[in-house]
Amino acid sequence: MKPASSRLWRIALWFAALLACVLVIVQTRFVADLSAFLPKAPNARQQMLVEQLRDGIIARLIMVGIEGADAPERARLSRALAGHLRSDKAFVGVQNGEAEVLARDQAYFFNNRYLLSNNVTAQRFTAQGLHEAISASVDALSGNAGLMLKHLLPHDPTAETLGLIENFSSESQPRSVEGVWASRDGARALLLIQTSAAGSDTDGQAAAVAAIRQAFAQLHPQAGARLVMSGAGVLSVSSRQTIESEVSRLALAGTLLIVCLLLVVYRSVRLLILGLLPVASGALVGIAAVSLGFGEVHGLTLGFGTTLIGEAVDYSIYLFIQRAGGRSLANFWHIIKLGVLTSIVGFAALLCSGFPGLAQLGLYSISGLVAAALVTRFILPELLPENLHLRDLSGPGRILEKLANQSSRLRPLLLIVLVASAGWLWHKGDAIWNRQLNSLSPVSQADQQLDAALRADMGAPDMRYMVAFTAADHEMALQGAEKLGSALRELADRQVIGSFNSPAFVLPSQAAQHARQAALPDAATLRRNLDEGLQGLPIRAERLQGFIDDVQATRVRPLLTRADLDGTSSSLLADSLLVRRAHDYLVLMPLGSSGVGAHGDVIDTAEVERVLKGADVKGATVIDLLDETTNLYAGYLHDASMLAAWGGLAIVILLLVSLRSLPRALSVSAPLLCAVLSVAALHVLGSHQMTILHLVGLLLVAAVGSNYALFFDSGAQGSTQAQRRQTLVSLVVANCTTVASFGLLGFSQVPILSAIGSTVGPGAFLALVFSAILARKVKPDGYSD
Amino acid sequence: MTANKILQKLCVSMLFCVLPALVQAADWQVSDLMRLLAQTKSGHATFVEKKYIGIVDKPVESSGDLFFTTPDKLEKRTLKPHAESMILDGKRLIIDRAGKKRLNLDLGDYPEAAAFVDSIRGTLAGDFTALDKIYTLTLHGTATQWQLILQPRYSRMSDIIRRIAIQGSKGDISRIDFDMADGDRSEMSVTKVAVQQ
Repeated sequence: MKPASSRLWRIALWFAALLACVLVIVQTRFVADLSAFLPKAPNARQQMLVEQLRDGIIARLIMVGIEGADAPERARLSRALAGHLRSDKAFVGVQNGEAEVLARDQAYFFNNRYLLSNNVTAQRFTAQGLHEAISASVDALSGNAGLMLKHLLPHDPTAETLGLIENFSSESQPRSVEGVWASRDGARALLLIQTSAAGSDTDGQAAAVAAIRQAFAQLHPQAGARLVMSGAGVLSVSSRQTIESEVSRLALAGTLLIVCLLLVVYRSVRLLILGLLPVASGALVGIAAVSLGFGEVHGLTLGFGTTLIGEAVDYSIYLFIQRAGGRSLANFWHIIKLGVLTSIVGFAALLCSGFPGLAQLGLYSISGLVAAALVTRFILPELLPENLHLRDLSGPGRILEKLANQSSRLRPLLLIVLVASAGWLWHKGDAIWNRQLNSLSPVSQADQQLDAALRADMGAPDMRYMVAFTAADHEMALQGAEKLGSALRELADRQVIGSFNSPAFVLPSQAAQHARQAALPDAATLRRNLDEGLQGLPIRAERLQGFIDDVQATRVRPLLTRADLDGTSSSLLADSLLVRRAHDYLVLMPLGSSGVGAHGDVIDTAEVERVLKGADVKGATVIDLLDETTNLYAGYLHDASMLAAWGGLAIVILLLVSLRSLPRALSVSAPLLCAVLSVAALHVLGSHQMTILHLVGLLLVAAVGSNYALFFDSGAQGSTQAQRRQTLVSLVVANCTTVASFGLLGFSQVPILSAIGSTVGPGAFLALVFSAILARKVKPDGYSD
Repeated sequence: MTANKILQKLCVSMLFCVLPALVQAADWQVSDLMRLLAQTKSGHATFVEKKYIGIVDKPVESSGDLFFTTPDKLEKRTLKPHAESMILDGKRLIIDRAGKKRLNLDLGDYPEAAAFVDSIRGTLAGDFTALDKIYTLTLHGTATQWQLILQPRYSRMSDIIRRIAIQGSKGDISRIDFDMADGDRSEMSVTKVAVQQ
C-alpha cells in the first residue's frame, strides 16, 4: 500500500482534471450539420465548389411540393402559401409561377429591352439595320407566332422582347396547372422558396422549414393534401435531426447494454460503478479535447463515443478479472500499455484525415482512451477493495480454455477463409470501393429520391458544367460575364455547348447598358432612318410612333441596377449566378450540353477552356462538377488507403519493438490481418461497396483487435492454467462489450456510423476468434512450444 | 400581357392555321356534314394563308402542307416565307422554327387553347358533341356550296376569336376564315392532295 498522501493527491488531481473538462464542455458549441463530413477541399477550385454547396444561393433554395387533394385545391394552397410566405422576413423570394410574377418578368424585359438586348448597336438603328429587322418581323407575322408578335410590333418592331424572352426561358421550365407551377405529371403543385438564412445556418434553415409547415397547416388544407420539401437546407435540417436522435438513442442503448453485461459478469453494483469510472472520465476528456482542438464538437463524435464505452470498459474488465485471478499486475500493465498504444496508432490515422469530422473522432478516441487507461492504471487500483471478490468465473473459464485449446484444429479452415477472402477481394479489384461522395451522406434514400424528383419537376438546370470566375466588384463581374458570353455564344454556334446562362442576360453591366444607350439615335435621326428603312415594307412609319417614343425614353433613363429586378423571377437567376462574397464576387455560368452526337450530354471541356482563354477574363475556368467530386473523393480514398497502410505498418512496428521478437510480432499480427481481410470480403460479398469509412473501420479492427492477440500471446508466455482461464474470461467479456457497442453503430441509419460499426463489430469478434485459433499452443506445464 | 396570355394567343393563332380541311363535307344538316367528316381518317392538303393584320398595310402570306391523322394528330408544315413546323399530337404542341429553340407546350396548361384544339379536332373528326360544347354551329348554302359557321359560346373564347367560317363544296373544304375579336382576319385556302391508295 502506498502512502495515503500520494493516494489523495492522485484522486484530487483526477477530480481537478474532470472538473476542468466539465468547465470546457459547458462552454462547448455542439453542431450536427454535414459540413464536417464534406472534405476540406485541397485546391481552390474544389474549395469554391464546397463553399457554393454550403453557402451559395443554391443552398438557400427550398423546393416545395403540394401533393394530394385535387388540382384546384393544390393551386389554392400554392397561392395562399406563397402569399403568406412573401410577407415573412425569413424568406427572400417565393415563386410558384403565378401570373402576376410572370407578368412582372415580361414587363421587365419589355420595358428595358433596349438596355438588355445584345442586338442593340448603332448599326441596328440605321436605315438598313431597321429595314432588315423590321422585314424579319413582318415575315414572322405570317408564321405561327404571328399573333404574339402583332401586339408587340408597334412598340417593338425590331422584336427585341421576343429575343430576350427566348434567351431567358428554357424548354425545361415547370409546367403550369390551374395557373401555378406543377410537376410534369401535374400531380404536384410546386413552389421555389429562397430563405434569408444562409444554407450553412442550420438553425435558420430549421426555422424556415418550420415556418413553411406552420403556414401550410394554417391554410386548412383539404383532406389528403400534404406538403413535401427538399433542398440543401431542408436536407441538412433533417439529417441533423436524424443524427441527434441516433446519437441519443445509441448512447442510451450502448450504456444499457454494457451495464447489463457487466452486471451479469460482476454481480456487483460497486464494481460496475468502478468499472464505468474510466469510461466516464474518458468521455469527458475526449469531448473537452475536441472542443479545445476544433472549437466545436460534432454530434457524430458523440455518437461515436458509444464505441469508446466498449473499448475503454475493457481495461477495467481486464483489471478486475485478472486481478481477482491473482495475476501479476506488472506484466498486465505492460500489455494494456501496448494495447492502448496500438489503438492510438490506429486512431491517429483518423486524426490526419481530410474530413474534419473524422479528425474529431480521432482526437476524441485518442484522448478518451488515454484518459481511460490512465484512470484504470492510477485511480482504479486505489479505489478497489483490498480483497477483490469476484464471482467464481472458473466454470466459464474451463469451457473457454477447452474451446481455445481445440480451436487450433480450425487452422486449416482459417487458411481457406484467408485465401478465399484475399482471392475474392483480388478478383473484385477496384470495384470494392464506392467512389460516390454521397455514399457518405446521412440523407436517406427516400429523401434523395424526393429531392431528385422535385429538382426534375422544377426543371432545375443540371449543374454539371459551369464556367466560373471571381471579380473584384459587381461591375467587373458583369463585364467578365459579357466577355465570356461572346466566347460561349461562339461555342454554342459550333455546337460544342448547347446553351449557357449568364447573370448579364438579366442585368447587363453598366458599361454595356451605357454603350447601348449611346447607340440609340435621337428622335429626328431615328424618324429619318425609319422612313428610309420602311421603304418597300407594308408598314407606315406613323404606326410606329410608340417605338420612337420608347427609344427616346431609353436614351435618358437611369441604367438598370439589381434593385430593378426585385419582384421578378430573374432576381433569383441574377443572385444565384452572381454571388457576393466577403471580398469579391463569384460568377457562375452554367452550360448546357448540345445533345448532338453519340456523347451529346458530354461537353468537351478542353475546347471550352481553350476558347475561354481568348476571352481575356482572369481566372475564368470551366468546371465539370461530376468530374471534380469524383476526383475529390478518389483523392480522399487514396489518402485514406495510404493512411491505413501506414497505420497498419506502424502497428506492426510497434509490436515488433515492444515484443522484441519477430515470431511473436507476426503471431500477434496474423489474426488481425485475417480479421481485416475477411470482414472486407464479407462486406463486398454482401454487395456493399466499401467507402472511406469502411477503410477507417478496418484500421480500427486492427487497432482494437490487437489487445486480444496480445493477451493470447502473453497467455502463451508462461502463466498458470488458472491465470490463462482468467485471461480468457476477461478477453471474452471485453470482446462482448466491444462487439456490442460497435455492433449497435452498425444498425444506425447514419451511413458514417453504420459503416464503421458494421466493420469493427464483426471485425473485433473475428479478431478474437482468429487470435484464439492462431495462438501458439500452450503445454500443460505452462511453457509454449 | 402575361406569359400565359401570350402563349394562349400563340396557340390559338397557330391552331387557326391548322383547322383546314383534309375533310370532306356534305350539305344541309350539320349532322349529315359531321357524319361525312367522321369518315375521313387521314388526309394531306396544301394551304395558302393570308393574314390581314391592322398594323400591316398588306396581307402577309404563307404557304405549305397540312397533314391530319385521326383521332388527334395534326401537322402544319410551313414552307414559305420561312420553314416552320407545328405538330399537335394529343395534348402536346411542338413548334420548331429555324434558328429558334423548340417550343414544347402541354395544352392541358392552357384551357382556352385546349378548348379550341378540341373543337378543331371535333370538326376534323366530325364529333358534333365536342363542337357543340364550345361553339354554336350554323350551316348555310347547298351541298355544292356550303358554309359552316362556328361561334364561341363563352367569353373566354370570344374575347380572342369572333367566328370561324369553313367553306366547302361537296366533300371538299376549300377555305377557312378566322375573324379575330380585334378585327384582324386570316383567310386560308386549302387544296386537297389526292392520296395514292
